[in-house]
Amino acid sequence: MSTAADIARAVRAGERSAREVLDAHLEVIDTREGEIHAFNLVLADEARAAADEIDRRVAAGDDPGPLAGVPVALKDNLCTRGIPTTCSSRILDGWRPPYDATVVERLAAAGAVTVGKTNLDEFAMGSSTENSAFGPTRNPRDPERVPGGSSGGSAAAVAAGFAPIALGSDTGGSIRQPAALCGVVGVKPTYGLVSRYGLVAFASSLDQIGPFSATVEDSALLLEVIAGHDPLDSTSIPEPVPPLVAALGEGVESLRVGLITELLGEGISPDVADRVRAAATTLEAAGAVVGEASVPAAGFGLSAYYLIAPAEASSNLARYDGVRYGLRVDAPTVAEMNEATRTAGFGDEVKRRIMLGTYALSAGYYDAYYGKALKVRTLIMRDFAAAYEQFDLLISPTSPTTAFRLGDKSEDPLSMYLNDVCTIPTNLAGHPAMSVPFGTGDAGLPVGVQVLAPALGETTMFRAAAVLEASAPTLEERSR
Amino acid sequence: MADRITRDDVAHVARLARLALSDFELDRFTEQLGAVLDHAADVAALDLADVEPTAHPIPLVNVFRDDVARPGLDRAEVLAQAPAVEDGRFRVPQILGEEP
Repeated sequence: MSTAADIARAVRAGERSAREVLDAHLEVIDTREGEIHAFNLVLADEARAAADEIDRRVAAGDDPGPLAGVPVALKDNLCTRGIPTTCSSRILDGWRPPYDATVVERLAAAGAVTVGKTNLDEFAMGSSTENSAFGPTRNPRDPERVPGGSSGGSAAAVAAGFAPIALGSDTGGSIRQPAALCGVVGVKPTYGLVSRYGLVAFASSLDQIGPFSATVEDSALLLEVIAGHDPLDSTSIPEPVPPLVAALGEGVESLRVGLITELLGEGISPDVADRVRAAATTLEAAGAVVGEASVPAAGFGLSAYYLIAPAEASSNLARYDGVRYGLRVDAPTVAEMNEATRTAGFGDEVKRRIMLGTYALSAGYYDAYYGKALKVRTLIMRDFAAAYEQFDLLISPTSPTTAFRLGDKSEDPLSMYLNDVCTIPTNLAGHPAMSVPFGTGDAGLPVGVQVLAPALGETTMFRAAAVLEASAPTLEERSR
Repeated sequence: MADRITRDDVAHVARLARLALSDFELDRFTEQLGAVLDHAADVAALDLADVEPTAHPIPLVNVFRDDVARPGLDRAEVLAQAPAVEDGRFRVPQILGEEP
């Protein structure tokens, strides 16, 4: 399958039609979607109409934009006007948003063609896409294993060739971890770089939308399209988007790169740690100066995150009350209707997080839990600031292990949460980070290396990712 | 350091969050939330008296838009999403305890 950059170039030049590109992807979806279940909804008819319109514009001499005719898959927590948006939850049953998310508008304005809405852990809460009301997504590299989560459908869609690019959302690693487990590129941009207008809220001080793709260049291209100030999101940064695609070839000569020592020891699978050290060697060979970096408070990140994110979620998810949209389970009074609706509409993991957050915020426990977690957040930001005085970039594993089997962790929430240990500190700090496929581990499963940068350090981050990509071993389909 | 979360605590927060739990669910959630909060004991045990809390990763300031009228969402389109509607408004079951 072609990259997004190649497709857009060919469609803009009139060498390939958007329709022909789309039909080729729909054929792959037809062949393998039954097995993978990356999508909650495939929008074949809408996509054909959009592709035909792109072709008409090219024929008329128009330029449809930098993603002309490129099929894109959208995580199903991004609002699409008139098209069901479920968050993989029964509580949004039948809901058709009355507006498009800003990123959806920007994709359309750039000529991209939406092929479908992808599966996720309900309300983006999970690390395996098993917490979906519509059933799990499977990892295209090995369908007995999870694709990671919560944006598992988007990662799987790219890995299976259903679309060259996809969007996900990342609150504690929900783009980077599934990218690592599926062997694709996944980017969590700086908090505020991409508008969240129309992203269904989970934990508002952490949520950020970002790209998935097979290549580093395609993620850079996609991020340039979706980034930039939006007056409809009060957390949107009013600054120009850093140049990404143009800087990709600049290399890492004399960049200072730190290996985060706290994320290479206990709890990290040795085959994963080996690949991260190999990545450090690759960057060093390309001219970077590599050393050991320390982010001591990173070890407390997981605990702090699993107090802060549920606390914010318990507030954000209070809006699902059966009054204005989605599911309603009738009962004689409003209070009983609220309770019956939420009890029937939310799955177990969402209930756990709502209760955990309600508890962490409740009288008598606020100071011990939520208040302490906010202070740990300060410590993590201080540690990162100190590390970035010595280094331009940091690297670590994206996930402590390669893809695990379906069902392995679904009954033990804490073991599932431990998947996020390497990705969470970035969200707490509001920094960018991305996962780049860098060969395979013991069982021939993909390993992702995480490249971290200070706020708005995307340009440098992508340069290092491009160097890693250039020397990464090719991923092959595992024999099953 | 707070005490371990009890079955009564879970029943209380479930009530606050408008969730109904069966006896079986109460037992299971008490155990699972207890395990997560045990893990969080490392944070709860830290002495952070001198550390300022961070609620948000970037400094936030009030953002004002120009005071210009612009169209809101289409009323019919919004109401079409509601489970029950009457006279152009959302319809809900009775709110107070009176006889219907």
